[in-house]
Amino acid sequence: MKTMYIALFGASLLALASAPAVATDLEVTHWWTSGGEAAAVAEFAKAFNATGNKWVDGAIAGGGGTARPVMIGRITGGDPMAATQFNHGRQAEELVQAGLMKDLTAVAEKEGWRKIVFPPSLLDNCTLNGKLYCAPVNIHSWQWLWLSNKAFADAGISVPKNWDEFVAAAPALEKAGKIPLALGNQPWQASGAFNVLMVALAGKDLFMKVYKDKDKAVAAGPEIGKVFKAADDARKMAAKSTVQDWNQATNLVITGEAGGQIMGDWAQGEFQVAKQVAGKDYTCLPGLGVNDIISTDGDAFYFPVLKDAAKSKAQDELAALMLSPKVQVAFNLKKGSLPIRGDIDLAAANDCMKKGLAILAKGNTIPGTDALITPDTSKQIEDLSVEFFKDMKITPADAQKRFAEIIAKAQ
Amino acid sequence: MAADSAKRPVRLFRNLNSKIAAIPMILIASVIFVGGTAWTILYSFTNSKLLPRLTFVGLDQYSRLWSTPKWLISIENLLIYGVLSLFFSLVIGFFLAVLLDQKIRFENTFRTIYLYPFALSFIVTGLVWQWLLNPEFGVQRVIRNLGWTSFSFDPLYNADIVIYGILLAGLWQGTGLVMCLMLAGLRGIDEEIWKASRVDGIPSWKTYLFIVIPMMRPVFITTLVIIASGIVRVYDLVVAQTSGGPGIASEVPAKFVYDTMFLAQNLAQGFAGSTMMLVTVIVVVVPWAYLEFGSKHGHS
Repeated sequence: MKTMYIALFGASLLALASAPAVATDLEVTHWWTSGGEAAAVAEFAKAFNATGNKWVDGAIAGGGGTARPVMIGRITGGDPMAATQFNHGRQAEELVQAGLMKDLTAVAEKEGWRKIVFPPSLLDNCTLNGKLYCAPVNIHSWQWLWLSNKAFADAGISVPKNWDEFVAAAPALEKAGKIPLALGNQPWQASGAFNVLMVALAGKDLFMKVYKDKDKAVAAGPEIGKVFKAADDARKMAAKSTVQDWNQATNLVITGEAGGQIMGDWAQGEFQVAKQVAGKDYTCLPGLGVNDIISTDGDAFYFPVLKDAAKSKAQDELAALMLSPKVQVAFNLKKGSLPIRGDIDLAAANDCMKKGLAILAKGNTIPGTDALITPDTSKQIEDLSVEFFKDMKITPADAQKRFAEIIAKAQ
Repeated sequence: MAADSAKRPVRLFRNLNSKIAAIPMILIASVIFVGGTAWTILYSFTNSKLLPRLTFVGLDQYSRLWSTPKWLISIENLLIYGVLSLFFSLVIGFFLAVLLDQKIRFENTFRTIYLYPFALSFIVTGLVWQWLLNPEFGVQRVIRNLGWTSFSFDPLYNADIVIYGILLAGLWQGTGLVMCLMLAGLRGIDEEIWKASRVDGIPSWKTYLFIVIPMMRPVFITTLVIIASGIVRVYDLVVAQTSGGPGIASEVPAKFVYDTMFLAQNLAQGFAGSTMMLVTVIVVVVPWAYLEFGSKHGHS
């Protein structure tokens, strides 16, 4: 019944599509509040206002963890916004199942999203029962090791080229009074670093077996055991790192107080703001220099079902606009993320971003963990990781056992 | 009884005005409090994730809850925090009240100073103490600058003692109120009692301990309830001071419930946690209330 209604609704919209545009206010909620992020979102607003509609900005400060409950509360509470950010993947899965999100299939077909969105897995993350429910806008990847060239010069050793060399360099760094690995205390940073170690050291297949197939035997097996040993190295290297936020940890790398940091490509923005040059002041190693694989995490926009026909039509316009080539370039350059289209030119990108684009073009990608596991499982792994990183009494073997149990129960 | 109702109007209509006036309160209490509680308990037996849905899974949520290390740590922290905070805020609060009760000068000034922290929210308190206990900027730095360079005091960064760092902030915030309640209780004691004990030559500490404190029983009970309810819902203090860290060493049940419901999108698991919190409170309160009020039914 509901799907039929939505289909009828969609059809009537298509009929209306040729009518002249009327100014409509759309409220868009998101959690992009830092300097670079706000500048990026302003590009969306500018482009949307240029179409004669009005972008009403609904930024929610405090990061995704604070913003998502607010957004979900508004949607389930019957006061939906016109569009809202979520990360690609399963965060909004239940809202879609409950019929609260607008079906974008018609827009996607008209705009040919299937042909232009690269990698195609991004659209798969938005699809449920053959219908498309979200518009991906950017790609962020987690699998980066950022190294401070200054820290290694101070310690009198050369900059490592991969994870093992980095671990081997730790004693020399410590002797020079540096923190080998900078790591913020927030739980998501610990689980993020752990997942990066898994992709880089165990490889794509094992990563998919654990997170996609939820294979308990693999999660408890010797290959993942190696990942936990590496995480054990990592926590010892990070023992003296007492900062909270990720950008404070990045700052330790920028100032050369720490040797390196495992963090997503959003860390790049911090190096740029500090006027550091890739290759000269800092080094970036995708896939920790071991496996050149990056994940396709990122952000997508969902459009809650609205009764107002004019607003509903404007939602379609906004969705199409967000994926248009010009807006994609403008947005992603400000955001420091990779565009979701393979057919646009990002000449202004810097060296590290180009490395990422090259890996993306080769197709060495994995879906982000957000797309594979539920927020519930994700939080359990987060709790385990942060406990493991902060409590040296837990042995790698114990932690692996608990990890395997979480995977066995994951949905 | 039967004879009563025959003589007088029907009991239901006695004091009709006040009964009608009480209807909104009764409705709110039964629908919002009791109803909401029943709803929470019911859904804790389901597998609701982001949205509530009635697919029953028996006691699965509870067995998962009690095998989650984070929950066990939360309970342990709440116990430590609860017992110590109850004890110290009562002892310190009473002691301060006794000091103020010695007819000192500038009593109002002191009372304001002690009560002032209570005017701050837990978030502000937490942030203030986060800075004070930060080894780089706070107490440790100050004392090291004074020359004692090996001095070490960084409870918020040590998983074994982090809960005491939170306790410190909690006590700083809460004892002022306890002191005021106690002071009010002390002032309520009849001057004649003091005169009598002085005539009998009883030292004043003995008078406090054996005469005044037993007489202040109602004040103590009120204070106890106020402190205890503050303990069970301690949340914002932890969020502001440590956000549960280092690791998961300073997690508390209220934070566990919030995180599970809204970050992990697992409503049923969160409901199971909050039901356990309620059960804990009931287990403590019911036997006590029974002892306290049960025997007096005849008089009231």
